[in-house]
Amino acid sequence: MNHLLSIEDLDRAGIERIVEQAARFSEVSDREIKKVPALRGRMVLNLFYESSTRTRSSFELAAKRLSADVVNFAASGSSVEKGESLKDTVLTLSAHKPDAIVIRTPWAGAAALVSRWCSAAIVNAGDGKHEHPTQALLDVYTLRGRLGGIDGASIWIVGDVAHSRVARSNIIAFQRMGAKVTVAGPPTLIPRGIESLGCDVRFTLDELDSADVVYALRMQRERMSEMWVPSLREYAAWYQINGRRLSPRQVLMHPGPVNRGVELSGEVVDSPQAVITAQVEAGVVVRMAVLYELLTGARAPSPGSGATAEAGAATVGERQLA
Amino acid sequence: MDHSGEKVVLHEGDVQRALTRIAHEIAERNPQARNLSVVGIHRRGAFLARRLRDLLEELLDTEIPLGDLDIGFYRDDVASRPDAPIVHASHIDFDVAGRTVVIVDDVLFTGRTVRAAIEALFDYGRPERVQLAVLADRGHRELPIRPDYVGKNLPTARSEHVRVRVLELDGVDEVAIAEVVETPA
Repeated sequence: MNHLLSIEDLDRAGIERIVEQAARFSEVSDREIKKVPALRGRMVLNLFYESSTRTRSSFELAAKRLSADVVNFAASGSSVEKGESLKDTVLTLSAHKPDAIVIRTPWAGAAALVSRWCSAAIVNAGDGKHEHPTQALLDVYTLRGRLGGIDGASIWIVGDVAHSRVARSNIIAFQRMGAKVTVAGPPTLIPRGIESLGCDVRFTLDELDSADVVYALRMQRERMSEMWVPSLREYAAWYQINGRRLSPRQVLMHPGPVNRGVELSGEVVDSPQAVITAQVEAGVVVRMAVLYELLTGARAPSPGSGATAEAGAATVGERQLA
Repeated sequence: MDHSGEKVVLHEGDVQRALTRIAHEIAERNPQARNLSVVGIHRRGAFLARRLRDLLEELLDTEIPLGDLDIGFYRDDVASRPDAPIVHASHIDFDVAGRTVVIVDDVLFTGRTVRAAIEALFDYGRPERVQLAVLADRGHRELPIRPDYVGKNLPTARSEHVRVRVLELDGVDEVAIAEVVETPA
């Protein structure tokens, strides 16, 4: 794996490999010294064109736990505000020779574009409404931890599917892991043709009790001016996950940040069914596993890294530790 | 992996006898038994460590903490390997500070694994003393590392492979030397 641009880059075995690696990494967070030298000397560049708290901080923490150097670049307050294009920004920052670029943008496909402009490993941390593959991986990790496995589980993804990159990545990932996925929400927020991904579509929550897992999406307040739903109150009346709709045997997930009283009632956020804080914890170990996989091993084209070329030659077979 | 061209140098009973002797040597060298602990290096070293620990508990009639260590995060060759090595979780559930820790591995070769294990161990605390026990020492050190306890010294050529099999994982206890025919890169 050279980049993680889309969850489609990973087949079932690939997803399992990363979440299993993540499970073994979780022990590092319990140590006295929560840091291992695996990625010492590697540089990870966080390039964020959109606000993000948990994704950016968990990538930063993941890189630091593995001893990589981290440079954070936020578009606001930078040369981007002076009109620099994405390409010029990437080329400029590439001069620092990052080994990986973690990128979030409001533009679908931007991560894939960036992977063509530089030699770093690219991790898509959200590109517009397109994809958010590490979120899908950490959700698979969290669910496996809670349910043991997700083969055959019925997972309902509820809410604003149309504007959600999390929904897209998760539909694909959950199905690859053997789950049955249903999306539900108001017709205006369910993209036409979504069933081509293989999921079922419902416009009411009448059959919600058939779900093993309820995955609520954030109602994006910033979209309300565009009149996708009549009002947040009306949305909540029809689609809010609350104590009446959620049964004790179901698992509740949410990618955060939660709008209490909109897509989730306060009581279910704090209920034992909710694994929302476990999802946040999973974020760090899963991103450790992704960075570890991308940044260890000899990368095929690594310009300017003479040491790798030298060590990578005839001696590889003999250098194994014994 | 084919087993032809292998020469078995330690058989079933030899392995257990070597471990018993090592256990006696450890007990002799460490009269302060209550400070002792044993840590095995993944994967076969961890099984050998468990057996050594059991032998030591019997000899010293006291509980001795056991841990295991994966050195994947501490390797010095991650940049030159084609793939990311699989990392197993380490388990060290006792405080290593102030203890004598006996690191156990199956084969001592270049010494790089032991260097990585020492570094890994220190991320859990500051042991008072670190000792090294290996079932087989095959030479060819690349670092200034010397074992405190050796099951058997095995003079080998660099081109040979030393294969250790343990009952728990491979169904048999033995150490074999194999000539590996490799097509030159």
